[in-house]
Amino acid sequence: MSVLVDENTRLCTSGITGREGTFHTLRNRDYGTRVVAGVTPAKGGQDVDGIPVFNTFHEAVEREGANTAMIFVPPRFAADSILEAEDAGIELIIAITEGIPAHDELRVYNVLKKNARARLIGPNCPGILSPGKANVGIIPAAFFKRGNVGVVSRSGTLTYQIGNELAQSGLGNSSIVGLGGDPVPGSDFIDIIGLFEDDPETELIVMCGEIGGDAEERAAAFIGEHVTKPVVGYIAGFTAPPGKTMGHAGAIVSGSRGTAAAKAEALEEQDVRVGRTPTEVAEIAIQILGASV
Amino acid sequence: MDLLEYQGKQLFARHGIPVPDGRPARTVQEAVAAAQEIGYPCAIKAQVQIGGRGKLGGIKIAHNAEEASEYAHAILGMDIRGLTVYEVWIEGASEIAAEYYASVVFDRSAKASLVMLSTKGGMDIEQVADESPEAIARLYVDPLLGFQDFHGRRLAFEAGVADDVVRPVAALLAKLYEAFVTEEATLLEVNPLIVTPQREVKALDAKVTLDGNALFRHPDNAQLRDRSAEDPQEQMAKERGLNYVKLDGNIGILANGAGLSMSTLDVVKGAGGEPANFLDAGGGSKAEAITQSVEVILSDGNVRAVLFNIFGGITRCDEVAKGLIEAFAQIRPQVPFVVRLDGTNGEEGRAMLVEADLPNVYIEPTMDGAAAKVVELAGQT
Repeated sequence: MSVLVDENTRLCTSGITGREGTFHTLRNRDYGTRVVAGVTPAKGGQDVDGIPVFNTFHEAVEREGANTAMIFVPPRFAADSILEAEDAGIELIIAITEGIPAHDELRVYNVLKKNARARLIGPNCPGILSPGKANVGIIPAAFFKRGNVGVVSRSGTLTYQIGNELAQSGLGNSSIVGLGGDPVPGSDFIDIIGLFEDDPETELIVMCGEIGGDAEERAAAFIGEHVTKPVVGYIAGFTAPPGKTMGHAGAIVSGSRGTAAAKAEALEEQDVRVGRTPTEVAEIAIQILGASV
Repeated sequence: MDLLEYQGKQLFARHGIPVPDGRPARTVQEAVAAAQEIGYPCAIKAQVQIGGRGKLGGIKIAHNAEEASEYAHAILGMDIRGLTVYEVWIEGASEIAAEYYASVVFDRSAKASLVMLSTKGGMDIEQVADESPEAIARLYVDPLLGFQDFHGRRLAFEAGVADDVVRPVAALLAKLYEAFVTEEATLLEVNPLIVTPQREVKALDAKVTLDGNALFRHPDNAQLRDRSAEDPQEQMAKERGLNYVKLDGNIGILANGAGLSMSTLDVVKGAGGEPANFLDAGGGSKAEAITQSVEVILSDGNVRAVLFNIFGGITRCDEVAKGLIEAFAQIRPQVPFVVRLDGTNGEEGRAMLVEADLPNVYIEPTMDGAAAKVVELAGQT
């Protein structure tokens, strides 16, 4: 098994006719993802390499049974597109768009929470890959193979780095989930770690955090109470100075809050081993799985 | 984006939040003219984003034109903890009967806006929160509902503000929230929020952080500048659309992706080096962006060696190699480069670098090995 995306995924891309939207949607389809539709207002009736384009998400759901949305529209239209997908009954919305205004994200988060019928991954995330089954987003699938390590991360490239080291040591992944680097992600570590805990294929969970916010601290408490599988952690930004945004809108140490040291400590208190470099994370994962084999 | 005090106060005034009458000034003449208009006594306040500027001589009270001239002269151009003062704000001096604290913050953990009010104003609020958390009344606002009048009254009563100013304080909180949402801020802080002997309620200071991602909806706010906080390298990077943060060390860093870039700084520091910058070349970087990045990194005179740490996903390593070769042709760097290229088209990229045979460029296969090498090289030069 795997989490969130697999053979049952029926993907609809919002912004499919844009350059990036087209490129990545076709790449996802080439990987084996079942792409059933695209949405671009006023371009309904066209197709993108055989994928039908609709004016609204509602049509894509009614006509093609889309159950997963990938959001590729520019930041100023993204919140609206997510809300449309949710309104149309899409269950899983994966928002790749970077640079969505924070107040838009806050509104979207609270609407989705109130209605409680859709899960949002991202925004500003690389997507989700379940190796051998489906890829939704921009994760370069070539570096990952099927296996029993679940990865959840706030950073894309860091995930590729760690995934590649695992693969070189013969380890593969059940799923790789990118949460995104924004201040108000639709899903947090807790949500995804919970899914991995329940996924029979996942035997070890790797979580990659970074400075800013308290999602890692909350994840630590959750792991202590609810998770029986081994978890290996990594936190980027030990040397980041306070008050500076490090690339991601959400990656900022404010005052004494959100430091990497505090996050690592919270995880270690719950017996999560935290690697100090990406290489060390892979080494720890190999040790743990090697010992259990 | 952090605003200067006066920019924050002007933003407050637009939303009907009472602030003392004031004018900004960039020269001594402008400052004296502003002081004459406002009347004496008036405060002359250095416009830099740094706490405790009063104690460092950045705030003076002038009682006449001579003093206004003398103080403006002293403050304009002064250096406060490394920041140069380019502007002062002249405002009528306020009499203070009580000092409160009010703020609205974007609480990412609660996924809601948090409104706070305290009668312990004028102090560092984190200190108040540590020492007497009960002195701060807090309320999370559901963004789908907004701030209601009763929220303001409840906060005012809970915080224990004087009965006769409960209504004006509650009204000010409602306006503060309205400004927070309308201007798309992530922080609005008033410390102190004062009550005058005439029982007027006024914002005596203003700390405002706006969401940079929302500036496209607020073209006027996008024009606001703080020259004192602009670092020349950061400015140069911004003009080129690069994600760059200046740091204090001597090892220039280029990586792709925010997480890997941060991780690269950590690994370099762990190897005993001091990074000179954070630079996330982003996903899908083309050769031109790489060339421009090299230009920005080398514009920092402290840089003794440069590390490229690329794990190509969407970014193709051959594009990175092409950009680096182009940078060498254009800029002729005088410092050594350590390059680690892995991921998409990594082999092609490395082969291009080997063939180009650039002077003083070392190719390393791993991230940790590359960090150790660059630290060694920076120590030699």
